Amino acid sequence: MEGVWGNREVPPATPALPASAALAPRKPGVAEAPPGEPRHVGYLYLLPALGVYAAFVLWPLGHTVWLSLHQWDGLTPATWVGLDNYREIVESGPLRSAFVHSLVLILFYAVIPVTLGLVLVAALSRAQVRGQAVFRTILFLPLVIPMVVVAVIWRMIYEPQNGSLNELLRAVGLDSLTRPWLGDFGLALPAVGVVGTWVMTGLALVLFMAGVQRIPQSLYDAARVDGAGAVREFFAVTLPNLRGEIAVALTLTTIAALRNFDLVYLTTQGGPGDATSVPAFQVYNRAFQVGQVGSAAAIGFSLACVIFLFSFLITRISERER
Amino acid sequence: MIGRGEQALNYAILLLFSVIALYPIVGIVLTALAPPGELVGFGIPSSLHLENFSNAWDEGHFSTYLRSSVIVAVAVVSASTVLSILAGYAFGTMRFRGATAGFYVFLLGLMVPQEALVVPLYFDLRRLELTDTYWALILPQVALSVAFGTFWMRAFFLATPRSLLEAARIDGASSWTTLWRVLVPFGRPAILTMMVLVFMWTWNEFLLALVMVSSENLRTAPLGLAFFQGQHTSDLSLLAAGAVIVATPVVLVYVFLQRHFIRGMLSGAVKG
Repeated sequence: MEGVWGNREVPPATPALPASAALAPRKPGVAEAPPGEPRHVGYLYLLPALGVYAAFVLWPLGHTVWLSLHQWDGLTPATWVGLDNYREIVESGPLRSAFVHSLVLILFYAVIPVTLGLVLVAALSRAQVRGQAVFRTILFLPLVIPMVVVAVIWRMIYEPQNGSLNELLRAVGLDSLTRPWLGDFGLALPAVGVVGTWVMTGLALVLFMAGVQRIPQSLYDAARVDGAGAVREFFAVTLPNLRGEIAVALTLTTIAALRNFDLVYLTTQGGPGDATSVPAFQVYNRAFQVGQVGSAAAIGFSLACVIFLFSFLITRISERER
Repeated sequence: MIGRGEQALNYAILLLFSVIALYPIVGIVLTALAPPGELVGFGIPSSLHLENFSNAWDEGHFSTYLRSSVIVAVAVVSASTVLSILAGYAFGTMRFRGATAGFYVFLLGLMVPQEALVVPLYFDLRRLELTDTYWALILPQVALSVAFGTFWMRAFFLATPRSLLEAARIDGASSWTTLWRVLVPFGRPAILTMMVLVFMWTWNEFLLALVMVSSENLRTAPLGLAFFQGQHTSDLSLLAAGAVIVATPVVLVYVFLQRHFIRGMLSGAVKG
């Protein structure tokens, strides 16, 4: 298989992007080229992109912060409330639990797939197997399908009466375990999380398989000469050399977990009760259903900050251990 | 070399996880083919009913939804591709005051989630009377795609051999000619990867469509499917057929251009 990063046309990851930063050192020889001679014409090339970006990303972002400092129902004049909306996030039970729920989802979206991917990669031998490209295509498929379709599929699987999960349980005689999964207070959140695990495991596995194949055989030979067994070989050679891939996988999956809106909106609407309420759903609900625009903006901006923080931490940790 | 036992283990693991990945997808296709009203629970249907697709197509107005999705996707992909190439060219090959700061501003867009923007976007666009138009779906999506695209194209231009640029310069080509005659043809694979990712994100986008659009003939395919689900909770085979219709275009593009999808995702294409 050609190396995923090895193609001539693939841009080497720049250190500026957190997720890719850890990958950059693996590609020697492409020194950061001198950024050319001074040219004012650069501004002209930049202008159209910057214009759209400023109008539809930067301005709304600033506007979100401004709205978050107000109480506003979307129609009547807004009143300034300072940081009250943020205080509510910390103090109110329902909002705090929405953020806690998204931490639980990180477990299902990020931690389990990455751990599973690492275990599997340790079990797989490094040699090529025939048909690897086909496996890769299949394992990646869940990531490509629209989340709305994924939601439709898993609603059918979890369906209480004829859903295939309950049918399977009945078929193997575990009737007592059958339940309305998405309607169960304790299990609705894990049930939503499992869908994330299903989507993300392929990403982690494909990413790590590609990474392992680029580790030089000499490192494994050296470990073997030193008398390392399979387990030590994994911790001494495989794991440290996959740091870049692990950082990428954790960043992508963590962001997906935190941004989860489509799935919750279409499967549970945050229910039963508040059991699967997540920040992204609360943004929508408050701004467009119950008329608490200021609070919605505060939740949205807090969510952006949490995503920023996680991306930053993942990059920092993976770089410090290098 | 690799032993027989190891080989078997490799296949067992890969097969198991492929089955897990495929089972729900094959299940919904089978449900879409089942007789209406037959509750198959992702099993093999007793007979095949292709007419579910035409029924769903007619009842669910999927031709309208797919048309909206195609209009939005074509507009977003072409606009953001051109803008990203131009901006990436500036960042990757030219030196000007504020270039580094400007690039970091674009990087911010890779991490800003749609959720933090959609609230003010709705109220701003409503004041401009742009909600419930294609513009409300296209413009914000272009802006977010441009953040990724600029990052992607800058990396490509930084990696192109300087000699290529210099040769064009010596031949007397302007920066504009150099870009479109020399660099863009050279960078077709990288550009295609970017287009494929932007297409996928645009096609699958749900929140923006949900917030911005209320009239039925502007609904994109995912939004249309969400409404269709609300109306057909009992008729699972019709709903399944609708879901298959909505997923098919993006899956087809994936099957034909999968190298680009996988390469793009693997190189850490973080979408904000």
